[in-house]
Amino acid sequence: MTPGPLLSVEGLSVAFNTEQGRVRVVEDLSFQLAAGETLGLVGESGCGKSVTAQTIMRLLPSPPSHIEAGRIMFEGEDLAAAPASRMRKIRGDRIGMVFQEPMTSLNPTQRIGQQVAEVLRLHRGMNSSEAKGLAISVLKKAGIGNAERRFDQYPHELSGGLRQRVMIAMAIVCGPRLLIADEPTTALDVTIQAQIIELLKAVQKDLGLSILLITHDLGVVAEMCRNVVIMYAGRVVERGPTNETFQFPRHPYTAGLINSSPRNARKGERLPTIPGLVPPPGMRSRGCSFADRCPRVLEKCRSEFPPLAPLPGRLVACWNPAP
Amino acid sequence: MTALLEVRDLSKDYPARDGKGVVRAVSNVSLALEAGQTLGVVGESGCGKSTLARLIMRLIEPRSGEILFKGQNLVSLSAPDLRRRRRDIQMVFQDPYASLDPRMNVAAIISEPLDIHGIGSRAERKAKVLELLDLVGLDRSAAAKYPHEFSGGQRQRIGIARAIALEPKLVVLDEPVSALDVSIQSQILNLLIDLKKRLGLTYIFISHDLSVVEHVSDDVAVMYLGQIVEYGKAAQVLHAPLHPYSQALVSAIPEIDTQKKKQRIVLTGDPPNPENIPPGCPFHPRCPHVMAICRQIPPELQVTQDRRAACHLYREGPGGH
Repeated sequence: MTPGPLLSVEGLSVAFNTEQGRVRVVEDLSFQLAAGETLGLVGESGCGKSVTAQTIMRLLPSPPSHIEAGRIMFEGEDLAAAPASRMRKIRGDRIGMVFQEPMTSLNPTQRIGQQVAEVLRLHRGMNSSEAKGLAISVLKKAGIGNAERRFDQYPHELSGGLRQRVMIAMAIVCGPRLLIADEPTTALDVTIQAQIIELLKAVQKDLGLSILLITHDLGVVAEMCRNVVIMYAGRVVERGPTNETFQFPRHPYTAGLINSSPRNARKGERLPTIPGLVPPPGMRSRGCSFADRCPRVLEKCRSEFPPLAPLPGRLVACWNPAP
Repeated sequence: MTALLEVRDLSKDYPARDGKGVVRAVSNVSLALEAGQTLGVVGESGCGKSTLARLIMRLIEPRSGEILFKGQNLVSLSAPDLRRRRRDIQMVFQDPYASLDPRMNVAAIISEPLDIHGIGSRAERKAKVLELLDLVGLDRSAAAKYPHEFSGGQRQRIGIARAIALEPKLVVLDEPVSALDVSIQSQILNLLIDLKKRLGLTYIFISHDLSVVEHVSDDVAVMYLGQIVEYGKAAQVLHAPLHPYSQALVSAIPEIDTQKKKQRIVLTGDPPNPENIPPGCPFHPRCPHVMAICRQIPPELQVTQDRRAACHLYREGPGGH
């Protein structure tokens, strides 16, 4: 028997109560993440990728957020239906999290070592000297030199790169199965970003972790993820192996994203662009949300939403995919 | 041909947080820019690239050095002369949310520089605003709206319209597309490329994104801890960098095309602290090629293989290591 995926999101829809009524920001989202795999969840601002991550962790307060449909299967358990007390046990233990801004996710009034050790006291019931010893060894594993001295420092005494290492140490200290990393390198300079990417790869290999990497940076995805999910306006528009998807995108939005990067353009020439703007949630049409910006639009696209359908080696939600 | 802008030995210090030392934000920067060219300035947080922009704009006072615009030293100009000169040099900022006054409508934002410099009659200014909106690709109805009614990309268009209202010669762009999504970023880059051609502008383009800089720049200066460490033609500096810091910076960019995989140089250690600049070469604590001399003597920026690099590896001139 082959083991099922570690994480399987099935038909997930998430809505928020707003002044304009209830608005869906994630619609019918499905993807699987195998054990030991890194999956990239990609899209621009407002596409629903962070809401997806926070929903998997059940971090969004309800109300105003609601899981309207779908399941989040993790290790045989539906997190979408799990009570808050159960989620508190899972978060930080079975699932670790790393966010974009380590300065706002760390407690500024507490020494960093204590913050790592607290996770162990909470989930493992360790006493403080046991927790301290293990915390120091995990800080070292996260590439923090002089961890014994750093243990007693406060977040403001560390650089952005070191703070992100502390976040990673906190996320892995209990030996989770899944790490959810939401834009983990976006706030960092490129040379520091390169260090953090190398660290995440090493940690993954070492612990056999699965990583759900949420980012807008296609380059980071290409470096880290075997498979990629591209989101647009709350839905998955394309899903497949990263190499093939980036080389031969089938959905016009994926193609637009890749082509509009100056990396592929002739120097000084105009870049291919995606005209227009992402429609805000609540203003999305019955048809494909990308129709108004799409160079391959058909009449049908405006009236009927294209389901995510299989093409060779790919899932694409498009009535007229690129050849 | 004389340069439109020439910066000579420009330096700027700030008092350190401890109240005793100094932060050397920009040290001995020299560069030259001909009319119609784009100079890219790259480097990481704290390298001094934004301070350099503010010095060139004369928004802050340099400690020493000269900023020659059409041969005239902006540092020693009298206040009224400087004010007249400012028409020729304008700036676009990174954050289109913070750089537009939320209480002013778009027409007022764009015409403010015209009002300040007393250009045209009221009706002429109004016509000019509409013309500028056309030029940056915004609908004329935008004139009566307020910044919060626009997306980030549209706001950046408003900021650009304001910057070109006075028909400047030089526009300093400080991370103009960094806050924008990729699909919007390419729209704004196209606008900047078009405007440069149509209006004959000269750009200083500051960014941490090397692929963006490479796309728009003729020359590139790489900064590290307030100094230029490498300076030359964009294609050479970004494709065959000489300075070990430029090499690490270029190799750190994640590639979309996994076929193009390159050998990554991962720098050890933290980004440097401008309050505590190491002796000798400022890059030596992180440099994979560090030599004894690097810890003592700061290398000078000198001509090496068609460009300038500040590194002891190249101290004997071309091919000298």
